[in-house]
Amino acid sequence: MKIWPGQFPVAIGAGISLLLCGCNKSSPESGANSDVIPVGEYASLTGSEATFGQSSHDGTALAIDDLNAAGGVLGKKIRLLTEDDQSQAGQPATVARKLISSDGVVAVLGEVASSRSLEAAPICQENKIPMISPASTNPKVTEVGDYIFRVCFIDPFQGTVMANFARKSLHLQRVAILKEASSDYSVGLARFFNQRFMADGGTIVGEENYSHGDKDFSAQLTAIKADNPDGIFVPGYYTEVGLIALQARQLGITVPLFGGDGWESSSLVPIGGKALEGCFFSTHYSPQDTSPAVQNFVKKFQAKYHETPDAMAALGYDSAMILADAMKRAGATDGAKVRDALAATKDFAGVTGEITIDPNRNASKPAVILTITNGQFKYVQTIAP
Amino acid sequence: MTEFLQQLINGLAFGSILALIALGYTMVYGILRFINFAHGDVFMLGAFAGFYLAPKIATVLPTPSIGSGLVVMFAAMLICAVIGVVIERFAYRPLRRSPKLTVLITAIGVSLFLEYTGQFVFGAAPKRFPQIIPVYPIAHLGGLSITSNQLIVLAVTGLLLVGLRFIVLKTKIGMAMRALSFNPEAAALMGVNTDIVISFTFALGSALAAAAGILFAVNYPAIDPLMGILPGLKAFVAAVLGGIGNLPGAVLGGLIIGTTETFVSGYISSTYRDAIAFAILILILLIKPSGLLGKKEIEKV
Repeated sequence: MKIWPGQFPVAIGAGISLLLCGCNKSSPESGANSDVIPVGEYASLTGSEATFGQSSHDGTALAIDDLNAAGGVLGKKIRLLTEDDQSQAGQPATVARKLISSDGVVAVLGEVASSRSLEAAPICQENKIPMISPASTNPKVTEVGDYIFRVCFIDPFQGTVMANFARKSLHLQRVAILKEASSDYSVGLARFFNQRFMADGGTIVGEENYSHGDKDFSAQLTAIKADNPDGIFVPGYYTEVGLIALQARQLGITVPLFGGDGWESSSLVPIGGKALEGCFFSTHYSPQDTSPAVQNFVKKFQAKYHETPDAMAALGYDSAMILADAMKRAGATDGAKVRDALAATKDFAGVTGEITIDPNRNASKPAVILTITNGQFKYVQTIAP
Repeated sequence: MTEFLQQLINGLAFGSILALIALGYTMVYGILRFINFAHGDVFMLGAFAGFYLAPKIATVLPTPSIGSGLVVMFAAMLICAVIGVVIERFAYRPLRRSPKLTVLITAIGVSLFLEYTGQFVFGAAPKRFPQIIPVYPIAHLGGLSITSNQLIVLAVTGLLLVGLRFIVLKTKIGMAMRALSFNPEAAALMGVNTDIVISFTFALGSALAAAAGILFAVNYPAIDPLMGILPGLKAFVAAVLGGIGNLPGAVLGGLIIGTTETFVSGYISSTYRDAIAFAILILILLIKPSGLLGKKEIEKV
């Protein structure tokens, strides 16, 4: 078939009118009379940080089920609309725009990785739609604007906790850092760790970088080995951390590695295996915590998904619960009122501890340190803010 | 000095994997004069073939052992050889008489098709590649660590290269390949069945990519459907650096890129790793536009 030049305007016109029809029909649930509250979620359900997104999504979905089973919020059921950003830069902005403009969500939940939360946050801020990140710990995320919140602690705290732990509990003197230069999370955590560790009298003997998706770290690790550290701080994500641990042991590096909540994944140990024994990381919660809130959550999660929830699942759960709590206190679902109610959250009993939203819209709460023994995460200690 | 030697070993091990991939690029270019951009994804498929075959082979042979490792590698090479022939038959052969640009864009399409079909079929999350070869720390000579894996990579690359050289220089089909790379029309007139020779070239190149995929996965055991993009790109650069169409050149290029990257990230900064490696590439190509071992081609008018 051949389209003659004369037919082009007709074809384009038809296309545009089709698109316009599509737009008019969208956002059926944003009407005031609708009996559901649409809540958006974007998560890395596939890609290199897939376990983060899958866990936080499972936790969030469980919270929505719980809320709806108890009669919903403001007499309406909550409907969760989930978008996958494939762990790729560029995707979060696209899906956040879709959730807001086409699905008409009243609030957005997501993401775990800070770089991707930073992409969607300006779009939520612009549209005055509250966004709650379950687990992005980089300070810049909530600095985007007054509609952006989080339910986890931030990197200055996490970096300080790990520096204290390395210096005082592990008695390390010389530490090398291996960070992901393209990740806001990794760079931030490394900087705060560095500051605190030096202030406590330790020495940073070397700082090496890698890029997202790297598989070969032998060059950086050989350079680190020559610096002869007694511990290596690896503030990265689990896929790279697993490979780094393997290659470090192959090069004959025996000192412990330690890092942050980016390690928390069921995929960490299958990749790193024995190389990770005796390593440490800080995170948001431990399923071995005996408090009733945690045990109750673990039981419900296991009943639904037949696996033990990790920290991302617990934070995903808390992010949805805090949003529902704010909607109830606000008595409405419109952006400005929910925002004000979120900002006033105080001593909310979450699964990951008591959550108080501070003036910078960050959660102030304790951190947990875990170690890896016989391929399992074991609780070491809790450190209060 | 120890650190220098260690970095050299790291670089050679990484570079020889790049060399194996680069051989496939350069061989196809030498014969068809086009860049098969899907080559890096055949490398990925090789790793996944190994991933799914290894548990099956473990029920027959003791694993991990050298024997089971070789069986997994040869099986993956065979599977990818077939895949390579199929890709050529359905994606490139219908375009044999089309402009080179059409084939190039088709190759990019095949590459994306393999990557995202891979995400759909295998799942996007990284998978742990099973241990198929036992790992022995060979030496801790004054702080120098060499693992058996690194030696295996070097040895297998060397052996495959000798085998490839034998096929290209000493066999009838190799002679046909060389004839085709000189002048396809004349070769066809002399009775060379070009279709079979081209299929064979794709099979050979894809088998080498599969071997590289297995060696890569043994050394860096987290595999995912997009793992072929970066090594594929670097191997392409290695092929150009060595002189595209030239087999020893591809190996030389792979080893140079591998060691340069390792030295840059070990001694300068990994942030500038790719920038410096590519700056060196530009410099070499400015001085010798046909690549290190490439022959200057005289454009006939």
